[in-house]
Amino acid sequence: MLNYLVSRTASAAIVVLGVICLVFMLIHLVPGDPVEMMLGESARPADREALARALGLDQPVLTQLGHYLSGLMQGNMGESLQYRRPIAEIVLERMPATVELAIISLVVAVIIAIPLGAVAALNQGKAWDYGAMGFSMVGVSIPNFWMGPILILIFSLWLGWLPVSGREQASSVVLPALTMGTALASILARMVRSALLEVLSEDYIRTARAKGLSERAVVQHHGLRNASLPVITILGLQLGTLLGGAVITETIFSWPGIGQLTIEAIQRRDYPMVQGCVLIISLSYVLVNVLTDFVYAWVDPRIRLGDEGA
Amino acid sequence: MIRYFPLAILIVWAFLALFSGILPLEPNTLNLSKILHSGETAAWLGYDDLGRPIWDRLAMGARTSFVVALWVVVISVSIGTFIGAASAYFGGWLDLVIVRIIDVFLAVPGLLLAIALAGIMGPGIENVVIALSLVGWVGYARLARAQVMSVKHRDHVIAAISLGTRPFTIIRRHLLPLISAPLIVEATFGVAGVVIAEAGLSFLGLGVQPPEASWGSMIRDGTRYMLVAPHMVIAPGVAMMLVVLSVNLLGDRLRDKLDVKSRPRDH
Repeated sequence: MLNYLVSRTASAAIVVLGVICLVFMLIHLVPGDPVEMMLGESARPADREALARALGLDQPVLTQLGHYLSGLMQGNMGESLQYRRPIAEIVLERMPATVELAIISLVVAVIIAIPLGAVAALNQGKAWDYGAMGFSMVGVSIPNFWMGPILILIFSLWLGWLPVSGREQASSVVLPALTMGTALASILARMVRSALLEVLSEDYIRTARAKGLSERAVVQHHGLRNASLPVITILGLQLGTLLGGAVITETIFSWPGIGQLTIEAIQRRDYPMVQGCVLIISLSYVLVNVLTDFVYAWVDPRIRLGDEGA
Repeated sequence: MIRYFPLAILIVWAFLALFSGILPLEPNTLNLSKILHSGETAAWLGYDDLGRPIWDRLAMGARTSFVVALWVVVISVSIGTFIGAASAYFGGWLDLVIVRIIDVFLAVPGLLLAIALAGIMGPGIENVVIALSLVGWVGYARLARAQVMSVKHRDHVIAAISLGTRPFTIIRRHLLPLISAPLIVEATFGVAGVVIAEAGLSFLGLGVQPPEASWGSMIRDGTRYMLVAPHMVIAPGVAMMLVVLSVNLLGDRLRDKLDVKSRPRDH
């Protein structure tokens, strides 16, 4: 187990370093001049030079990357151009809102997806199966930036049950979490279905049935538990999509998280901030995937033992 | 009958995209007396906040999404397949480096990176294509690499090598035909992903600029008038959902037909 933890952490560390370089290089190398974007085309050359120097943009890209990396080592992500405050500080303030929304969306997704997928798998080829999978297909095809406004229209404007946006009330989280949760649930339900179908054809399920267990016990204790392994992996992978989608969902609902911060930073041309936000979201994603792997190894001895045997 | 529904939707989509230029549409005509009107005989989907007919703007949006989807998928598939196939075929340090690069790209949420890049490059349809292609090639590269790995030791490839065939000819003539089925299926789903991503960027104001229309920017404009004119949000959303749903259904059918093993995907 220890070997597995160490090697997995080491490879994650390499990926993290790669992600930092990738985000930095892409943001600095794509066409588009940040100085011109910030000052406008009619800016005086002297002002441009001053700003470029202030941002360190007059140095070679690799030198800039070196400065950035050494700053990161000390927990310094640079300073926001708009807020004139350290980026790390602002990001930390916004983090709880995003984490809260992500966790609640995840819970919503699991609550919808497991029954839906299980019903589909247990009724394979019947109307329930087609219904559940049709529902999931439609869910996948509805983007969050349409789902969000439609939910606002129905539950806030027409019915008046829930707040339109913000994070002042506890009920504010319901609509954004539903928006992200249903999209994730549509993908998860398919995974639950196919994982359960595979598990239900295993020998130990036949044994469980043969010893007279009720169908309910077979599905709950032997079926779903074993089907949960591949589903956990997908859940970890899908979290990246969830975090990317959070950028749009948070903007729709004015949810004060990192996603909204990213869009604000893009609109205000606050490049160091954009870079910081993309980096933090990506790093959280890497972290979650490492944790998913650990959970997986902890649940499934074949992985950690197989690794040590190799 | 229902079997042909997705195909019919996609034909209408492609038709509107290709011929919206010569159809008698007036997507930018302002009709001040009709502002926010909902459906009627002259314009059955109603008018938007500037009095422009929504059906005509939907057709224009169809063109935007079609053009972007086509370009992004063609560019991503070409680059991704080339890099992935070369990586698997040559192996060695090249493969090591490329696998690392792919891992790093996959560790960054694609849509997020595309949003940041489009934001930095500034709005415009070309920049949307560049941003989405920059993050889109990775999935195809990973797939092409895995596929080439599984077929590169077949006898006909070894025969070609021993005959002295040049590597790129081998990849093109002897490997690509074998690995094309899963790539085609993946590319089909890719179209759905790009349609949503383009609309997402336009929704955030990072895509095409007014007066050009995109389904995403139509939804964004509509959200401001949702209580008085919900048709402004509903029409483009339904259009996009129909296209994405049709592409996904077609992809599923194609996958069954080409007998490609289903696998988890993220988009």
